[in-house]
Amino acid sequence: MDIGTLQAYAYFGFTAFLVVVLYSYIYHLYSAQKKGTRDYEKYGNIALNDEITDQPIEAISKNDEIK
Amino acid sequence: MENRPLEYDYTVAKWFMLVTVVLGIVGMLVGVILAWQMAFPGVNLMLGEGLAEYTNFSRLRPLHTDSVIFGFTLSGIWATWYYVGQRVLKVSMAESKFLMFLAKLHFFVYLLVVVAVVGTLLLGISTGKEYADFEWPIDIAVVVVWVLWGMGLFGLIGIRREKSLYISIWYYIATFLGIAMLYLFNNMEIPTYFASGGIGNWYHSVSMYSGTNDALVQWWYGHNAVAFGFTVPIVAMIYYFLPKESGQAVYSYKLSLLAFWGLMFVYLWAGGHHLIYSTVPDWMQTMGSVFSVVLILPSWGSAINMLLTMKGEWQQVAASPLIKFMILASTFYMFSTLEGPIQAIKSVNALAHFTDWIVGHVHDGVLGWVAFMIMAALFHMAPRVYKREIYSKSLMNTQFWVQTLGVVLYFTSMWIAGITQGMMWRAHDEFGNLAYSFIDTVAVLHPYFTIRAVGGTLYLVGMFLFAYNMYKTMTSARRVEESELQNASPMGA
Repeated sequence: MDIGTLQAYAYFGFTAFLVVVLYSYIYHLYSAQKKGTRDYEKYGNIALNDEITDQPIEAISKNDEIK
Repeated sequence: MENRPLEYDYTVAKWFMLVTVVLGIVGMLVGVILAWQMAFPGVNLMLGEGLAEYTNFSRLRPLHTDSVIFGFTLSGIWATWYYVGQRVLKVSMAESKFLMFLAKLHFFVYLLVVVAVVGTLLLGISTGKEYADFEWPIDIAVVVVWVLWGMGLFGLIGIRREKSLYISIWYYIATFLGIAMLYLFNNMEIPTYFASGGIGNWYHSVSMYSGTNDALVQWWYGHNAVAFGFTVPIVAMIYYFLPKESGQAVYSYKLSLLAFWGLMFVYLWAGGHHLIYSTVPDWMQTMGSVFSVVLILPSWGSAINMLLTMKGEWQQVAASPLIKFMILASTFYMFSTLEGPIQAIKSVNALAHFTDWIVGHVHDGVLGWVAFMIMAALFHMAPRVYKREIYSKSLMNTQFWVQTLGVVLYFTSMWIAGITQGMMWRAHDEFGNLAYSFIDTVAVLHPYFTIRAVGGTLYLVGMFLFAYNMYKTMTSARRVEESELQNASPMGA
């Protein structure tokens, strides 16, 4: 097997691997939302509640959390 | 010390907004001159024989492409970054003197690069690589500008209050990383003066690649400059501005994440479609073709997400010219991301390649999607950064229809011209002799070139209306209170 053929198989394999990763990600997104482990849709509100005085949707420091 | 409440600081955003408008007019004015030159070659001599060197098509063409891509679009991207970045990360530029300094430095070094680019291109100093025309000293300055932006971008992310990065931020990061990689690799060049021990001009260079390799790297760059300059950052804008202006959260945040990774995964492999039927390996051409078709999915993922964001709120499209601009932008995005893959199919490409259909495709994307979205973003930002309502809603509406008509005339004339051209080039008699010579096609295409020039002129007229509206908004429109700036932008009659 020459290097070109090897590259082609490696390329195909890598592409297939990335496709699996992408589909797993889709599955993860929707199952996490369904099981309630993570609500992805709430992040859409980051654009709407974006005044500097607004509470962060998910604060990085405890001080900014909703009291 | 004065104890004022913390506010977002839009100083640098305002500067970039101004440059966006100015360079938009410059880029499109040059484009319109070129379009009239194509229809009436005498326009090449519009300033007389003596200045023909500076006014001919070949001297002006890179100025048009570069001022629209690296002038209008890039400064539009940065204007929105210095606005959206602060808001979705919930941190003000005023909170870090260092980031503010970086942002201002970013702006001024960028302006220097703009001056250098315009000057050198007008003087005919160019590497001759499409969309990578700048000589090495300018390339180094471009890298400095990019690094300054990157430091500011990651710096602001570093001091954010909002833990999760909103989808637009992902797209801005991808713009930064994508262009950094593409620009560095495609602009690898050898300064001939230094390599040869003092021959020729000090600023001259040749590409480090040659032949087919050069073509491959060039189109990997060229197509992905479209990806990371004309698609990714514009998607970043629409994901913020459409939900914000309409008051509707993005329809599906999960779909936005999915479309993001899909786009990142697929786009980088599609550039090979520029080299179909050339000397690059056949498998690479096929890969470029296949990935281009797959690219419809993530592109439409974002575009449909935007249209669905308006679900139940379609009356806003009729009521607000600002939403109209964004919905039309999103529709043109769907349209050109379907047209592109069709052109990348090998059999279609055999007809379309090198014809005006390609020029039409680029322009329905840039005029319909990129420029409409950037102008909508600037319209949304204006009342918030100047604390004044948008000067005139009716002027906005007029601009919308004048420019929409302009784009439609542009792409329809180029479709007809391109397909006619392709058919005439390949037509032959029963013995295989070509049926037409090149000049036959030029004569047939003349009316379509004229229609294109009219379309371009209408779009430019719209740009002047936009500039006037923005100027009046900045200087004399009614002042507004913070409470009027929640969602729909306030507009004067």
